[in-house]
Amino acid sequence: MAGDKIRRFDHDIIYELIPEGASVLDLGCGDGELLTKLIRNKKVQGLGIEKDINQVAATISRGVPVLHLDLDEGLAGLPDNLFDFVILEKTLQAVNKPLFVLEEMLRIGGAGIVSFPNFGCRHVIDSLVTTGRMPITPALPYQWYDTPNIHLFTAMDFIDWTRKNHVKIERGLLWVDETIIPFDEGNTALASEVLFVVSRA
Amino acid sequence: MSDPINILVKKKPKQLDWPESPRSVGWTVPHSIKLADEKNPLPLDCGKTIAPVEVEYEVYGELNEARDNAILILHALSGDAHVAGWSANADELGRPWLKKRPGWWDEMVGPGKAFDTKKFFIICSNILGGCYGTTGPGSINPETGRLYGLRFPVVTVGDWVRLQERLISHLGIKRLRSVAGGSLGGQQALEWALAYPDRVDSAIIIASAARLSDQGLAFNAVARHAITTDPHFQNGDYYNNTTPNRGLAVARMLGHITYLSEFSMHLKFGRRYCNGNGPGFHLGVDFEVESYLQHQGEAFVERFDANSYLYITRAMDYYDAARWGEGDLDQACRRIDSRLLLVSFSSDWLYTPEQMKELALALGRNKKPVSYANIQSSYGHDAFLLEIDKLTHLVRGFLEGRVN
Repeated sequence: MAGDKIRRFDHDIIYELIPEGASVLDLGCGDGELLTKLIRNKKVQGLGIEKDINQVAATISRGVPVLHLDLDEGLAGLPDNLFDFVILEKTLQAVNKPLFVLEEMLRIGGAGIVSFPNFGCRHVIDSLVTTGRMPITPALPYQWYDTPNIHLFTAMDFIDWTRKNHVKIERGLLWVDETIIPFDEGNTALASEVLFVVSRA
Repeated sequence: MSDPINILVKKKPKQLDWPESPRSVGWTVPHSIKLADEKNPLPLDCGKTIAPVEVEYEVYGELNEARDNAILILHALSGDAHVAGWSANADELGRPWLKKRPGWWDEMVGPGKAFDTKKFFIICSNILGGCYGTTGPGSINPETGRLYGLRFPVVTVGDWVRLQERLISHLGIKRLRSVAGGSLGGQQALEWALAYPDRVDSAIIIASAARLSDQGLAFNAVARHAITTDPHFQNGDYYNNTTPNRGLAVARMLGHITYLSEFSMHLKFGRRYCNGNGPGFHLGVDFEVESYLQHQGEAFVERFDANSYLYITRAMDYYDAARWGEGDLDQACRRIDSRLLLVSFSSDWLYTPEQMKELALALGRNKKPVSYANIQSSYGHDAFLLEIDKLTHLVRGFLEGRVN
């Protein structure tokens, strides 16, 4: 991995992880920046799903295909295994039905890539304990009242979900003090953000 | 007394771009061209052919040297080729109503607008079977030397597009930068992408669907019934007599109900009385909504031919994009080789967001480069003519956006 080029942990890693020519569905694609890079540089066949009309418009302006849909309603119109990869880049914590969205990801994609801010990070916990207020960190920059993150969870919560649902972790990466280290259960408290590549076992 | 919420939400009065405005295409004159004759008649989906066929069309902007900056705009049920600008010869055309306002999508087409005439060469033609310059039931039937009336063949959206293709070829254009339309115009845009996949870079389909809903079919049936049961209808041969205005007005009134939403009706009229107070205890026009619909009906008969209304609504009924896939929309979508932008409006119950989503997903399943946006709007189906800022944002972004 091109460690020295990393600006945004998950964004850049996902970019590196996706092979040339793959098909990619980006759930909660925002303004389509990641898809733009993947389509332009890696000849990826990409489609975004986005709930916010302004982000949809921004994605369209980039020339990237995007469907204005709400993930919480599911993607019943898309068949199983339609895409090689389905991405949930810092999206899961912002949906109403995270388990349902994860199921949809695994159904539609050969593999899923999930990244999220780790609420179990010790900086987060320290902030909560020392201030007595909802933590505000670079990975969790919002006030309690304006955060889009309605389902905060920890790396270990995610691991529990994979075990309970027989989901295979193909790869795990932790973002620790601006460096990437391989996932290890003992180290998750160090990670402000985490990323997993998962598939149906 | 008007409801205070009305004042807050009422749409600001339409800002018309006068012909002198730098944002207007200015004065316009339609062109007319014969695109089918006895030697080269137009084949129709019904199995017949038709000739001669005259087509009225307008163009704005300039076709570049490479001839690759043309955009074809497709009009809806009651539209015409006059998309933008001000008619320079409305009286000569026998269409005095054109003097009152600019073309039907003037806010979308012009210098600096969504369909920017500084960049694009914009074309729009009147559909086959219409009453605005293109051959229709009010034209002379060469077999009898008299007006067609109901002897005009039943035409389809596919026929319209086949004729438009002749126009595009006549203009020396191999590939269109885009085809775009709302409602029935959106279905023509979709048909273009299906029928001529190698001739269109992109299609913009607004407030439309792969087919009309069951309810839509029913509304059209009632509209046609109103026309054909008007005592003046005379089996379509009314051209030299009194025209079936009452029936056509009823059809239009019904249409207008389907173009508005409950909410937009509430904002426009609520349950207000014409006299501003309370019930007048009579059976005439008493509510504002009655007065509005009556006005719409009366204004429409001045400018539209009842037979054209029958033929066009029938084409609307028959349209089904799945025809290209032997009834399977997914299979049909596989033909498409264009970028697509689909836009629906949240309160549109004639062509619903659900229908558009269905089309978007069919295209998505086939990995076509499709974008879909559902605009929050209270205007119902009419939103495609009213939500100009939001539409402009999407259309401009789509036309300019290039990932590769």
